[in-house]
Amino acid sequence: MSNSIDYDSVVSAVVDILEEAETVLPQDVVGALEIAASEETSPVAKEQLEAILKNIGIASRQKVPMCQDTGILIFFVELGRDSRMDFRLEDAILEGVRKATQSIPLRPNAVDPLTRSNSGNNTGNGIPDIKYELVDGSSVKITVAPKGAGSENMSSIKMLNPTEKDSIRNFVLETVLNAGGKPCPPVVVGVGIGGSFDKAARLAKSALLEKVDVMNEEEKTLLKDINSLGIGPMGLGGKTTALAVHIKKAHCHTASLPVAVNIQCWANRHASVVLGGDE
Amino acid sequence: MEYRLSTPLKKEDVDKLKAGDIVYLSGTIYTARDEAHARILEMAEEKKELPFDLEGAVIYHCGPLMKGKDDSWEVVAAGPTTSARMSKMTPSLLDIHQVRAFVGKGGMDNVTESMKGKSVYLAFTGGCAALAAMSIEKVIAVHWLDLGMPEAVWELKVENFGPLVVGIDSHENDLFTDVRKKALEAYSKIE
Repeated sequence: MSNSIDYDSVVSAVVDILEEAETVLPQDVVGALEIAASEETSPVAKEQLEAILKNIGIASRQKVPMCQDTGILIFFVELGRDSRMDFRLEDAILEGVRKATQSIPLRPNAVDPLTRSNSGNNTGNGIPDIKYELVDGSSVKITVAPKGAGSENMSSIKMLNPTEKDSIRNFVLETVLNAGGKPCPPVVVGVGIGGSFDKAARLAKSALLEKVDVMNEEEKTLLKDINSLGIGPMGLGGKTTALAVHIKKAHCHTASLPVAVNIQCWANRHASVVLGGDE
Repeated sequence: MEYRLSTPLKKEDVDKLKAGDIVYLSGTIYTARDEAHARILEMAEEKKELPFDLEGAVIYHCGPLMKGKDDSWEVVAAGPTTSARMSKMTPSLLDIHQVRAFVGKGGMDNVTESMKGKSVYLAFTGGCAALAAMSIEKVIAVHWLDLGMPEAVWELKVENFGPLVVGIDSHENDLFTDVRKKALEAYSKIE
């Protein structure tokens, strides 16, 4: 027998995960920043990382957002095939966002792309972005990832020729090089390879949700190359340009090789909740 | 070297700063990002007077998160935004107003010449909004709130705001460009 999920519990769960994501950095990210701070030898680089760690401490103790750019809100919903809801899930998520904008508070960041008029509550045409995935079971997992613009603006996508797989690494390195200090390094780099124009970008974005302290050999090698550039924390030089690289792949058209690089600032914020499920 | 400076800044205050020095600021700073820069330039073109004084001023590239409380505002989080977005408008702004320092993150492109002999760029650690808010004592005033909370000009009273790293000094030294050059060199060496 599975539990049905009610509207109010979704609204309050969305407010809760938003508060957690905005004020408390996941432990794996904090751990990676602490290691970086201990390994940096340049005083300027060390100072940047120590300021970040101090900032994280203040934010979680005082329950205030760690960054004033509380992001554009991206939701990943894993919808159980057997879940039951007698309301529109997207309405509940939107109401949670409007409430959290007032209560946490969040900076109103959603604007019309051309008139630049601000909706005032972080919702608008197509925003927040809600990505749905069907999964087995009767529960619903909602993850929120607030995405700051500084790092999002430095992200890039390229349609390579199928024979150019050796230049994937160059494309990633050039994207990081071109970004310099702008995306608030140390960054996390999400790479999507294959799929289609939009699927590659979705893979790159979802790669940012992976734990920063777990990487395969391919990812570790790319991380080493990125850190050899010496851009360092905040682009002021140092050993830590990136904390992690995550690569996700999908099959693609025989004539295509899409590659997307999504850059994430050190504030790799995300939080999840699971609702419903079997009794 | 480490310096503690008070606003309004004088030419000699910025003359002595060298790229890599650390600065703590006290006094008044004005937030301004994309839209505020555009309006400042528009008003100069229309020969209109600004509602705030940029003589010896510090401009903070920041779109803060504020909380309205009765008739006043409380700072919740106020870290720096990406300064490079203001790169193109900054030389024109410096032609009109005697801004002595810009505080932001990530560095700026092609501004060393226009800052020469008069202004500096100070880097505050990006994302450290809760830390920044600790040294902001109060909101003195808000201008142009019609631009929206992040884009409005917030006049803030700060005490020992920092640590700020001198990223670009008034003698044409740019830490970010140096790092970038080295990074390009390192890239060319990757097999």
